[in-house]
Amino acid sequence: MSRSPSGDRVALWRNPTFRAYVLQGVLLAALAALIGFIVANTMANLEARGISTGFGFLDERAGFSIPQTLIEYSGDSTYGRTFVVGLLNTLLVSALGIVVATIIGFAVGIARLSSNWLLARLATAYVEIFRNIPLLVQILFWYFAVLQALPSPRQSLSLLEVIFINVRGLVIPDPQPLSGFAATPWALLVGLIAAIALGVYAKRRQARTGKALPIYWLGTGLIIGTPLLVFLLTGAPLEWSIPELTGFNFSGGVRILPELVALWLALSIYTAAFIAEIVRSGIQSVPGGQVEAANALSLPGGITLRKVVIPQAMRVIVPQLTSQYLNLIKNSSLATAIGYPDLVAVFSGTTLNQTGQAIEIVAMTMAVYLVISLVVSALMNVYNARTLLKER
Amino acid sequence: MAGESMRDVMIEARRPPNAHRGVVKWLQRNLFNGPINSVVSVITIGVLLWALWPFVQWALIQADWLGDSRQACSGEGACWVFISARFESIIYGFYPEAARWRVDIVFALMAGLLAWLAIPRIPGKRWAAIIAVIGFPIAAYVLLLGGHFGLMHVSTRNWGGLMLTLTVATIGIVGSLPIGIILALGRRSNMPLVRAVSVVFIEFWRGVPLITVLFMASVMLPLFVPTEVEFDKLLRALVGIMLFWSAYMAEVIRGGLQAIPSGQDEAGKALGLGYWHRMGLIVLPQALKLVIPGIVNTFIALFKDTSLVLIIGLFDLLAIIRAGLTDSDWLGFATEGYVFAALVFWVFCFSMSRYSQYIEKRLQTGHTN
Repeated sequence: MSRSPSGDRVALWRNPTFRAYVLQGVLLAALAALIGFIVANTMANLEARGISTGFGFLDERAGFSIPQTLIEYSGDSTYGRTFVVGLLNTLLVSALGIVVATIIGFAVGIARLSSNWLLARLATAYVEIFRNIPLLVQILFWYFAVLQALPSPRQSLSLLEVIFINVRGLVIPDPQPLSGFAATPWALLVGLIAAIALGVYAKRRQARTGKALPIYWLGTGLIIGTPLLVFLLTGAPLEWSIPELTGFNFSGGVRILPELVALWLALSIYTAAFIAEIVRSGIQSVPGGQVEAANALSLPGGITLRKVVIPQAMRVIVPQLTSQYLNLIKNSSLATAIGYPDLVAVFSGTTLNQTGQAIEIVAMTMAVYLVISLVVSALMNVYNARTLLKER
Repeated sequence: MAGESMRDVMIEARRPPNAHRGVVKWLQRNLFNGPINSVVSVITIGVLLWALWPFVQWALIQADWLGDSRQACSGEGACWVFISARFESIIYGFYPEAARWRVDIVFALMAGLLAWLAIPRIPGKRWAAIIAVIGFPIAAYVLLLGGHFGLMHVSTRNWGGLMLTLTVATIGIVGSLPIGIILALGRRSNMPLVRAVSVVFIEFWRGVPLITVLFMASVMLPLFVPTEVEFDKLLRALVGIMLFWSAYMAEVIRGGLQAIPSGQDEAGKALGLGYWHRMGLIVLPQALKLVIPGIVNTFIALFKDTSLVLIIGLFDLLAIIRAGLTDSDWLGFATEGYVFAALVFWVFCFSMSRYSQYIEKRLQTGHTN
């Protein structure tokens, strides 16, 4: 029994600790009851419909084909394989989208701050138009209104006669590595490691002697030069399969599905509008006094930008940018509306319809996105902790 | 002497020198101040002309506006007859024609309430809020669904078009806000179980795409309830949307709660106020006011995402237009259809975002703590 500050005995139900316990007990009981209710109903429903639970279906033959597979896959493959193919397709379109959205986003964000009135207005118009139209409308627009209106393969639009675009998709040259090509990727790796080592060395040297190495030029040279040198020394073992029109279709080259192109375009353009806003607000968040102080120290413009403005802007930009990347990955699930074979389309769509294992399939699909989100959020927390303003 | 050295009339302001006014000077200052800027301007103008002019020609100049069948389309520009011919179904979906006046009344009520709530000059915001949260939903439910007071029952299967989009958006918004407030308070509670449940709930919904939530709502929800309970398809979608967006709403509101100095809560405690009094009377009013722009932005995102219900087979604005495109009388008008859908969504979202910016500016002029 507790007492009030004046020493009077307080009724038990007015004691905050006791009330907290009661409330949490009630919450726990309610949750348990809800879960029990759901489990019992689900069991009864599944039994009534004759659906067996479990993940055994993953080893069964899928029996349907997928138009775009990054790994070996056929109708004889298992549902488990379908899951992996869908996941890889999701990751592919997400990675492509992230790269292009970042490029457009940074360009538009910087353009919004341009002193050129027209360019700044154009960038503002871009942001206001594309972020206020639902992504699904944009995906459907690119797919049905633009790509489906392209000519047939025979009348393909072409760029320099090597890249062709038509109603069946985009056809680009396909690199064919010959024997001996394997050395080049290794050289790239070596170049990368050497560049990183040089970077570390240059930093220490500058701290010791105050002299800076032209690290950007040297690093770029190492990363590009080493593989290029090895590539040429081994006799340039790479051939390009150039697409050619034979009859009604193209032979050679790789064909990129129109669904992928539409989804890629829509995701990039839509997300870029949000990234542009993040970049703009990030740059504007750096107080003007910082640049003025750098000027007072007579730092050149390039160094002011690289060492003063960008690092501080990045602290604001990176966390929001990451959450936009996560949004893009989650939004790529809209692929199912135009039939791009992503995880949701082939797994939550086709596989679910064929097997009826609703709970397992929806849970697995959600788990994939959840894991991606949680891992990225965890990394972000580490980044935030590292770049936090050190205050006394 | 004073009369001579001091004037009692203001000298009229002189006009700026000719070199500093006018269109030419403006152009010079904003577009052609330096070689790089001039090049950028010329390229931008070129791109604008190259991209915009054909669109204007297609959408406005060469477009066909009048008529009621495909014959009215000349094929040179856009054929907006496609939209005007099915305008009724774009607005009302499959709602029976005899009962469409009920939808009109709900639209009018909604517009009136929104204006009352949104325009700061109109007094009585508290009443507007009470009517919007309690009165309007009941009125809308009775009018739209019918079945009472001699009104014909209209099944939700017949709902569609803009009316369905607005219904889903309104219920999603009205439903997710209170759940979001509870979750935000739960996440800041010092009871470990309450906090844990809120964190897990919020992070779960924020970690998955809305589409999988809608899939879950449409295929898993019926398994969760006893067989004899009939679950309406629209209701299932609404449950999914509400749960999903309440998590985002909670994070926005949590931002506001964190911005309120803890002295406010402590002062409430010192006055002997209980938890709900402190939250309801002191902390939440300040926190919610701070995050109005964030809440409106969440509304915009929710509004855009209502278009996803087409994937589980509901006929919202976008789905109705898409269905119209497969009509064999009207093949090949995809561009008109999607441009129109984009325009409608854009008008709604853009005005909401403008309103949010306006509110942000208004709130900034107030005192800050």
